[in-house]
Amino acid sequence: MSTAAVTDKRPSTLRAASLPKWTSPAIAVGAIALGIGISFAADLHSEIQWALIAAVLFVLGTYGISARVEGRRQAKDRVATSFVWVAFLLAVIPLVSLVWTTVSRGVKVLDVYFLTHSMGVVADSEPGGGIYHAIIGSLEQVGLATLIGAPIGVMTAIYLVEYGRGRLAQAVTFFVDVMTGIPSIVAGLFILSLMLIFEMQPFGFAGSLALAILMMPVVVRSTEEMLKLVPNELREASLALGVPKWRTILKVVLPTSIGGITTGIMLAIARIAGETAPVLLLVFGNPFINNNPFEGAQASLPLYIYQQYAQSAGANAAYDRAWAASLTLIAFVMILNLVARGIARWKAPKAGR
Amino acid sequence: MAKRIDVSGLTAYYGSHKAIEDISMTVEPRSVTAFIGPSGCGKSTFLRTLNRMHEVTPGGRVEGKVLLDDEDLYGTGVDPVSVRREVGMVFQRPNPFPTMSIYENVAAGLRLNGSYKKSELNDIVERSLKGANLWNEVKDRLNKPGSGLSGGQQQRLCIARAIAVEPKVLLMDEPCSALDPISTLAIEDLIGELKERFTIVIVTHNMQQAARVSDRTAFFNLSAVGQPGRLIEIDDTERIFSNPSVQATEDYISGRFG
Ligand SMILES: Nc1ncnc2c1ncn2[C@@H]1O[C@H](COP(=O)(O)OP(=O)(O)OP(=O)(O)O)[C@@H](O)[C@H]1O
Ligand SMILES: [Mg+2]
Repeated sequence: MSTAAVTDKRPSTLRAASLPKWTSPAIAVGAIALGIGISFAADLHSEIQWALIAAVLFVLGTYGISARVEGRRQAKDRVATSFVWVAFLLAVIPLVSLVWTTVSRGVKVLDVYFLTHSMGVVADSEPGGGIYHAIIGSLEQVGLATLIGAPIGVMTAIYLVEYGRGRLAQAVTFFVDVMTGIPSIVAGLFILSLMLIFEMQPFGFAGSLALAILMMPVVVRSTEEMLKLVPNELREASLALGVPKWRTILKVVLPTSIGGITTGIMLAIARIAGETAPVLLLVFGNPFINNNPFEGAQASLPLYIYQQYAQSAGANAAYDRAWAASLTLIAFVMILNLVARGIARWKAPKAGR
Repeated sequence: MAKRIDVSGLTAYYGSHKAIEDISMTVEPRSVTAFIGPSGCGKSTFLRTLNRMHEVTPGGRVEGKVLLDDEDLYGTGVDPVSVRREVGMVFQRPNPFPTMSIYENVAAGLRLNGSYKKSELNDIVERSLKGANLWNEVKDRLNKPGSGLSGGQQQRLCIARAIAVEPKVLLMDEPCSALDPISTLAIEDLIGELKERFTIVIVTHNMQQAARVSDRTAFFNLSAVGQPGRLIEIDDTERIFSNPSVQATEDYISGRFG
């Protein structure tokens, strides 16, 4: 009796009516057309309103049509899918528009001359000049920050995952959490206060120190996650061979997770490469080329962008240079990401024969 | 080469939980000793106390004595790392190092502990793979990753890796439980060959396997869930399976139990 109650509710065949593949695009086109139509009729001028109306229509239409043809379960599934799509588009639109704006405005003055000359003899309001000095500054400051931040971060993570027990580990975890939340300007002020104590003038390495402070917690967090992913069985296999713990970590644990760790470091570099505030405080900016990060003010890409906007009294040439520098910065971060992916793939534990 | 193990009054804890209590036994050199018993009675725990892997687990603690030919593994000043070079281990699930090739996996124990000449290493790798009956299957692809082998081949790779460092004792924790009957047979044959050179201890849930491969069998049990596991008896395998002296052993072996 009870089994009959269950089987009755099931369709008698495994096949079910389903909408053809082109339904979703068709509903999307319909929803957009209808959305525009309604907007005209109601005299709405904002594209955002059009898009929202179209999105709502798309979700409703999908549910209605699918519920009628395929049944409610499939309809819910489709609605969930369309929500995901709408959310995806909402997230992608600003990104695409940002990249588009930067590229279209940035390419105007971006050429070899721009990349290989400084602003030394060019006033901020005049055309000409370039970002060579800023690239040098960024590379040196970020590079030094990485040299300090990445090893300390990785070693802290190794301590936390492989050795850390009890109070000290808890304290370290707590401080890493706190450091994650430090605003970049505060890190800058911290180093600045030290500089004032020792009566130093702005120089590149001071910026590196602040950037390293910002970078460390990010590296610790990501490295920790990667190390936790390494199966315990591998550690035990190595220990059972009579390999000391430190060599196990060095030769088995780290190689297994090196891809993920590098990705984490690259992302942390990408993050600090765009920091402006501490650089403004500590490195100050400099229109001339200064190759020495340990003495004298330097430029950096984010700072250059800011100063071109802020100090040029609205000159178009400066705006163009700012956009071109932005494009360079984005390209730099993008290249880092690609390199990170490449390393992760290259170093990933190999499967297959 | 093979060494005798003498355990007396061994108790092991996980934090405050006592997992096994007061175990004493002797494991003869150049023989295979099988551990049988219901799940959770502490076979793995006991096995891991024999090469000081137990203390790798957070909270793991051991009391008692384990003598390896008169030397106490838990004596003061004994380095667990050198203990593990004497007493090797093969785990339940095959665990080759994923970043290393077949060759590097076998050579891992040696390479990570010192420097060897290329020719020396080649010899040892070949000898170990032959010892693990894997040489013919992998000799053409020594530089391919170890994770590309089948489960049974991976387990034999792990055995090769363990015997490459020439331990005196080889501990195996259910080495065949993830394998098909043919790979299982291959490993059982291998155990028969290895016992010429090593002292072997094997944990198994498979009575036939214990009967087939072992010379002596130890039966472990626990009186109730949450109670520590104890050694009930250890005797020649033939006796354990034909005429055990404790009723609980007979019940367990004949399946009249849990
Ligand atoms: N890592 C651990 N932490 C805490 N307790 C553990 C841990 N490993 C095992 N135990 C406990 O120790 C006891 C013995 O476990 P053990 O793994 O040695 O049993 P076993 O005989 O090997 O069982 P099986 O046949 O299922 O492998 C069990 O009560 C188990 O809950
Ligand atoms: Mg076990």
